[in-house]
Amino acid sequence: MSATLLLEQCLNGMQLGIMLFLMSAGLTLVFGIMNLVNLAHGSFYMAGAYLGAFVYASSQSFLLGVVAGLGGALLIGLIAEFLIFRRIYKGDHLDHVLVTFGLTLIFNDLARLIWGPAALFARVPPFLSGQVNIFGLISYPAYRLAIIVVGLAVAALLYVLLRHTRLGMLIRASASNRTMASALGVNVVVLYALVFALGAGLAGLAGLMAGPIFTVIPGMGDNVLILAFVVIVVGGLGSVEGAFCAALVIGLIDTLGRSFMKPLFGLFLERAAADNSAPAIASMLIYILMAIILFFRPQGLFPPKSR
Amino acid sequence: MDKRILLLAAAGLLAVPAHAADKITLGFMSTLSGPNAIIGTEIRDGMQLAVEQLGGKIGGLPARVIVEDDQQKADVARQLAEKFVQSDKVDAAIGFSFSNLMLAVYKPLVDAKTVTISSNPGPSQLAGKDCSPYFFSTSWQGDNWAEGMGAYLQKKGLQNIYLIAPNYAAGKDVIAGLKRFYKGSVAAEVYTPLTQLDFSAELSQIKSSNASAVFAFYPGGLGVQFVKQYAQAGLKDKFPLYSAYTVDESTLPAIGDDALGLIVATSWAPDLDNATNKKFVSGFEKKYGRVPAPYAVHAYDTIMLLDTAVKAVNGKIEDKPAFLAALRKAQFESPRGAFKLNTNQFPIQTFYQGEVKKGADGKPRIVIQDKALENYGDAYAQTCSMK
Repeated sequence: MSATLLLEQCLNGMQLGIMLFLMSAGLTLVFGIMNLVNLAHGSFYMAGAYLGAFVYASSQSFLLGVVAGLGGALLIGLIAEFLIFRRIYKGDHLDHVLVTFGLTLIFNDLARLIWGPAALFARVPPFLSGQVNIFGLISYPAYRLAIIVVGLAVAALLYVLLRHTRLGMLIRASASNRTMASALGVNVVVLYALVFALGAGLAGLAGLMAGPIFTVIPGMGDNVLILAFVVIVVGGLGSVEGAFCAALVIGLIDTLGRSFMKPLFGLFLERAAADNSAPAIASMLIYILMAIILFFRPQGLFPPKSR
Repeated sequence: MDKRILLLAAAGLLAVPAHAADKITLGFMSTLSGPNAIIGTEIRDGMQLAVEQLGGKIGGLPARVIVEDDQQKADVARQLAEKFVQSDKVDAAIGFSFSNLMLAVYKPLVDAKTVTISSNPGPSQLAGKDCSPYFFSTSWQGDNWAEGMGAYLQKKGLQNIYLIAPNYAAGKDVIAGLKRFYKGSVAAEVYTPLTQLDFSAELSQIKSSNASAVFAFYPGGLGVQFVKQYAQAGLKDKFPLYSAYTVDESTLPAIGDDALGLIVATSWAPDLDNATNKKFVSGFEKKYGRVPAPYAVHAYDTIMLLDTAVKAVNGKIEDKPAFLAALRKAQFESPRGAFKLNTNQFPIQTFYQGEVKKGADGKPRIVIQDKALENYGDAYAQTCSMK
């Protein structure tokens, strides 16, 4: 195993982690502030991917595709919040699961109705389709590097927004104590709508960037949603910082497990046995990690300070 | 008891001497919805083109084709098979797109003595120990293209090849098929989960390996992503990519220029030079506005096989033994060249090595370069009890 390979696999792991972070940031915010379990979050991811791929393919403009994917997911989030979600905040988690699972089915079938059952294959824009040389050590696909850069920038923006702006302060205040915040005159209704749309937009961004790597098909958000839930449970429900750290840890563990499990097993197992068992164990690694963390820290790695 | 006697009496009444039938009914099923509809649609379209080119008649008999979608679900496929046998009373069941569904409907169809012709799946069991006089294939045995690629790589004298495929039955079969003819060394053998679409970790492993080339098997949408990511990672020039069942006319439009220069195994290409192929390709392009894939050829040949056999028995398809014998012996001109069945009723055909090149219209297309395996059946025919 060479150092350059390790570096490259770490970048791969970061790229996966960043995507998971964008997906789970909205999920954890919505849970932390509105106490809402949103199984339909994957639908915003799917909306971002479909709108981005479709508009890019039909207009030939990457920028328009980005605007459509990001803006479309945000707008759909805003509309869904206004029509449906704000009515169920007060319900218990079982109501949330029922309503949002139903919404997922509706969104998946809508996508099938509009774009057909066959997969849409999103393209990487030409200026990102090559490789970039990093420190003269490795050449890395430009598109994947772009995902890392965009994701880190969004994470930084989110940090500034939550920690150093008035809006962020209000969001944090509502997260720690909703009743007190609204008693002090915070317009909770508008705040909730904003937070919800922000989460949907982030999921849309993740979907938009995932389009060219994963295939754009109805129901594509469902698989990612499971991973996103693992991330927010490990990171601590409601904590954006926790989601960031957990997403990176899970991305790295999954990627490094997939690549180095086999040579590792090969040290003490027969080649055939290692060939068979390593991929199976590698795909279980993140769930094993979740089980271990929940056993020792049921509240997750970085739970929000007060609730 | 009474019921059984009545049934026997009814069966006796039905067993009238054979005379020419007045029509032929075919039950067609393939996967026409969901992410893998791409293959089933090719099969349906190829079949319909053949029926149309024959003027709606098969062997002179007016043809009725019942088209059904199996939704890629085994239970749905099984219900359809029972419907074909019991209520539609079809003369033959045709189509099929997935080997697991083929295995699910195989017994109900063959046990009911229904002529069954597969246009795509060719699981090893059906070519070998479980073969049946009622089952025919116009496509291939599942290992065939991989065997063709193995023979090509062996002929080229390549060594130290990196093998990668999804972790399921067909993935292992394809790698085994390759190794049946490729005897060189293997740099690594990697299996990825069937649902995994992001290959970044595996591509980085390939990049840091000392392999001389890569062989990949990723069917359908998996192949689209694998080949695109392979090119994006800049591996194409350093590690030539050889594949089977991964790049074909149905996935090429989605892969685009990233497929240029790849070497594939195939049993047919749109530019294969014979009169039947020209008629088939131009007819298909005119009717559907796209280039056909090999699956469409197999479905086209299914109808031509039936046509030849029905003609040979002068329309007397009720005479099952004669009809089966005629199907078995049928020889006709396929878009692939002369069509002929092996003892296990799978085709004997030639497999080629092709390269993806830019066509005259600027779009990538597969161009046949060399024969890899000539007049080859499959590795399982000897274990089939039919000789």
